[in-house]
Amino acid sequence: MSSAKATSLPAFNHKHLLGIEGLTEAEITQILDLADQYVDQNRQTDKKKNLLNGLTQINLFYENSTRTLMSFELAGKRLGADVINMSTSSSSIKKGETLLDTASTLNAMHPDLLVVRHGSSGAVKLLSRKVDCAVLNAGDGKHEHPTQALLDALTIRRRKGRLARLTVAICGDVLHSRVARSNIHLLNIMGTRVRVIGPPTLLPAGVEKMGVEVYHDMIQGLKGCDIIMMLRLQTERMHGAYFPTISEYFSLYGLDAEKLSHAKEDALILHPGPMNRGVEIDAAVADDLAHSAIQEQVEMGVAVRMACLDLLTRSKRETS
Amino acid sequence: MSKFTLYKNARLLDPASGLDLKGELLTEDNKILAFGKTVDAPKNAVSIDCQGHCLCPGFIDMRVFIGIPGADYKDTIANTGDAAAAGGVTTVCVQPNTDPIIDSIAHIEYLALRAKDALVNFIAMPAATKQLEGKEMTEIGLMSNAGYKTFTDCSSTIDNAAIMNRILKYAASFDALIIQHLSEANLSKNGCMNAGALATRMGLSGIPTAAETIILERDVRLLKSTNCRYHASQITCNDSIEVISRAKSDGLKITAGVAVPHLSLNEYAIEDYKTFTKLSPPLRSEEDRLSIIKALKEGIIDVIVSGHDPQDPESKRVPYEQAEAGVIGLETLLNVSLEMYHNGSLELLDILAKITCNPAKIMGLESGILKEGAPADLCLFDLNTPYCIDPEKMISITKNTPFDGRPVQGRVLITVVGGKSVYKYND
Repeated sequence: MSSAKATSLPAFNHKHLLGIEGLTEAEITQILDLADQYVDQNRQTDKKKNLLNGLTQINLFYENSTRTLMSFELAGKRLGADVINMSTSSSSIKKGETLLDTASTLNAMHPDLLVVRHGSSGAVKLLSRKVDCAVLNAGDGKHEHPTQALLDALTIRRRKGRLARLTVAICGDVLHSRVARSNIHLLNIMGTRVRVIGPPTLLPAGVEKMGVEVYHDMIQGLKGCDIIMMLRLQTERMHGAYFPTISEYFSLYGLDAEKLSHAKEDALILHPGPMNRGVEIDAAVADDLAHSAIQEQVEMGVAVRMACLDLLTRSKRETS
Repeated sequence: MSKFTLYKNARLLDPASGLDLKGELLTEDNKILAFGKTVDAPKNAVSIDCQGHCLCPGFIDMRVFIGIPGADYKDTIANTGDAAAAGGVTTVCVQPNTDPIIDSIAHIEYLALRAKDALVNFIAMPAATKQLEGKEMTEIGLMSNAGYKTFTDCSSTIDNAAIMNRILKYAASFDALIIQHLSEANLSKNGCMNAGALATRMGLSGIPTAAETIILERDVRLLKSTNCRYHASQITCNDSIEVISRAKSDGLKITAGVAVPHLSLNEYAIEDYKTFTKLSPPLRSEEDRLSIIKALKEGIIDVIVSGHDPQDPESKRVPYEQAEAGVIGLETLLNVSLEMYHNGSLELLDILAKITCNPAKIMGLESGILKEGAPADLCLFDLNTPYCIDPEKMISITKNTPFDGRPVQGRVLITVVGGKSVYKYND
């Protein structure tokens, strides 16, 4: 029955999901609409579907991750796929096998879906050329993290009813953030007004050419904003001084109640997690349910990933 | 008995004298004997009909990396020589970062021994500092006195200003030439492409042009007090061109080079993280590339190099950040450079000067010129017939060229080294 439903739905015109760049407004809407349905399904007692019965999904994670990995695993399992996780700590990756050798090895096992996270920008695309199955980018270096941007968009759309003509401020460590890049692409495609706020040292060169307004003063930048996207300060990617001290950073760029008061009254706060409380976000603000949609993002994450897995296997399920 | 060869019906091109003449050239053994509209050739001379194609001095490539010794899976000396011959390059200047590093007379002689059967001339460019570490000077005096007067740390920058100052002072007394790689260590750390909007979009760490210009400006300041001969290995941006131009008009003994990829490609060649476009210094913006062409035309940049740097597939079939920098180039030195002639940017003789007489003059070589008594190192090439670059047809063992499939005009037909034909194009 589920496959009959799949054939009645429009196909998705991409073999892989490697980034938001290159998607159209209609395609993003298609993913979000489908994800909306999965949100409802996930709230029922029986969450399981047999849509991906017989299909194998491998989650190949070169970087540590808890929530994204779990989210993809849950998404695959709820759709009925056989899901295997492979991470750096427990595999031949540690033994020096190259990315492409790992790719051919996995490919020989005939997976249908490969979910990949890698520390180098472009690595997932490189891998996608060497395998026959659909590849989902779960984050590559500082390049893209498409499902994060999609789940952010779904969260916003459900709360605000639309994406177009809203003003979104992306705050903090944009330089090291793939989440920021994917979000900038997505929001621009959807007609949202995008601002980035951060110290000059944490904003990448030429970011204004990506279609954003640049602010170094957080209060100025937050004025009139509907959505505040806080980014995690990625100290593990920093080599050298980008700002003087954590306390100066928090004082100037940490989101607290005072700074929040300059945004719109009903402004929504998003954070891709994990949060550094007291570094980029004040604990009280993070837990303020009137503004914070951070828990909701996690819920939307599973639904969005189910939608992506569904869409990327659609042509395969139809032909089989 | 002397062996004579007569090259008839040639378009003789000599950038050193500005000669561009339909005529003939006669070689005796390893020297050029005579050339002109017609020359009197002995009866036993072997005659070669050039069919109106261009005959010019063989090319001198000032920046070539070889895998021998230390990395013979990348290439061999014989293979480098074959590839050079196929590209019309008759002299390759070997960068010292072999294993062991070329930093003494013994290493220079070892290379000479290994290269004696190669098809083209191999000249060692010894390191300026021991182990290319930028800390201690090599035996610049002894090597200079032995006739090796060009020193470079090739892909490493001599970062310490005090050491650079001493090297320049010391080298000046031997009239030696110091070639600097322009890349400030801290600004280029972790970087793998040009800094800017494209790097931001691709999520790659950028190297700003300032990394190049800062070192150049510092060195120019040191040249003012040391008066040493200095060559900026590879210029990639407009800011550096301004510094070179000013230093030249101040009368400093400074020259500059550019690598073929930087004059023909910009950062967008990286496309989908193509590791065959990874270079040090990186490909720059289109504005910078156009400035390079202008500087070549105005003579601010003196030399074009291939930067030939074979990398095995394992070093390139990895994510962009982790890939080794470097592309092969011996077989694309002429044809890609000639794009500047075919699109009207530069005169033919001006382009050829950058790969013949200019490097010869900087390095004190007798070749690179059509002159009676000069070495018979020659290149005959077809200026016009178009074709597409096919890496599979290249002689280099590794195929890491960024010019795969590029349509070009300019094909090497015959290469002559020391009077001997070492390459002949076979369709």
